[in-house]
Amino acid sequence: MSSDTHHSGISGLGEEVLGHTEVKVSQCYQCGKCSAGCPLSEEMDYPPSVIMRMLQTGNPDLEDKVLRSFSIWVCLTCEMCFARCPMSIDIPKMMDFLREKSLNEKKANPKAKEIVAFHKSFLDSIRFTGRLYEIGLFVDYKTRTLKILDDLALAPKMMKRGKLNIIPELIKDRSGVAAIFRKSNKKNKN
Amino acid sequence: MTLGFYPGCSLKGSSREYAESVLAVAKAFDINMEEINDWNCCGATAAHNMNKELSLALPARILSLAEKQGLTEIVVPCAACYSRLTVTKYELSKDPALKTAVTDANGLEYTGSVSVLNIVQMLDKYITPNLEGRVVKPFDHKVACYYGCLLVRPHEILKFDREEDPQSLDVLMLKAGATPIDWAFKTECCGAGLSVSRTSSVGRLSGKIIGDAKDRGAEAVIVACPMCHSNLDMRRDAINSYLGEKIDIPVLYITQAIGLALGLDRKALGLQRHFVKVSV
Repeated sequence: MSSDTHHSGISGLGEEVLGHTEVKVSQCYQCGKCSAGCPLSEEMDYPPSVIMRMLQTGNPDLEDKVLRSFSIWVCLTCEMCFARCPMSIDIPKMMDFLREKSLNEKKANPKAKEIVAFHKSFLDSIRFTGRLYEIGLFVDYKTRTLKILDDLALAPKMMKRGKLNIIPELIKDRSGVAAIFRKSNKKNKN
Repeated sequence: MTLGFYPGCSLKGSSREYAESVLAVAKAFDINMEEINDWNCCGATAAHNMNKELSLALPARILSLAEKQGLTEIVVPCAACYSRLTVTKYELSKDPALKTAVTDANGLEYTGSVSVLNIVQMLDKYITPNLEGRVVKPFDHKVACYYGCLLVRPHEILKFDREEDPQSLDVLMLKAGATPIDWAFKTECCGAGLSVSRTSSVGRLSGKIIGDAKDRGAEAVIVACPMCHSNLDMRRDAINSYLGEKIDIPVLYITQAIGLALGLDRKALGLQRHFVKVSV
């Protein structure tokens, strides 16, 4: 790491973040409002303002820790941090980029296994039917995570109230939706 | 009159009472809701967490289909779908290269001409002006109006209501005869997408919301998002175990509460489908 790139305040992963999201990590002055307002910060390994600081350093070891963090996966993208940031830094947009990169580099935090599995099951469901098939999602998620017993009591209660479709809603142009997935996945191995 | 309608997946499944109540209220005011033909899922949280291009291409397909159908305005009752569709319009309008990539993936024409209305905007524009004379059973209860995240944030893109202490649902409920309360959790997140993969977090986040509503004397919580509803209603066991008490305040969609004020049939509004009994 040359001192030049370090002093620009943007280097390495921070520069990639800038290129993909227009978010300048150097703009953060560590007021901590994002971490104070974040509903999940107490469950994170690094709260949002610390993630910002880690990226500001340009230190490759810290950048690697960001991509391997649990924080980026437990972030709900509730947008509270962005709403309250005095510098209007779009942290949720940056989180989306970091998640995608973490996944592509196979660095997703092991504690986030269930969260990632849920997203994958969700996308698989719409890839094949065009719309979300809730029973299919649950079965796929349980298969991925082996969390067989969780929420087992919920399904019959939902069914009784007419909240679960037995048969999936299939759209006509399923090949069109499958093509969207194929083309969007070209640059992305997930 | 006719409005375009994008129900989204939840309204066809776990939140079908939201769709039922939207359609019942629209019908009461002679509004025909024309569903977008062959619509797909917007991709929700999963898509934008995993793959940016996919998260824009899926909503863009929906908007293209609406254009093709000749719809100029579409009503999107789910706050999450509303957010994804609005963000997609915004991103594609400011980045021509992205627009080209997305329309190539979709193989459909996209001009961005369709207006996207959330449920409150639809009610404000087409229902509220004629509401007063139509309220036959004022919703005479203390209500906590819960906006959640995606209906009001990010303001830079949605340009709807205030980010802190929004008022649009409160004003609507006031017109329906209710007494909206001041409370602290109007826009705090319910846990949304973590409902299945991290239910304990949802119990804590939604627990704080229900707990504050109860402490301030709310008799009902009013929502405009199927994810908020399922977390606050279907996850009530997790909420009650977090709070260590049994709270049975019901959670109603804004269209169910308006429908009750209009004197519509409770079953037509889908109130029997809730986990927490609707006693109001």
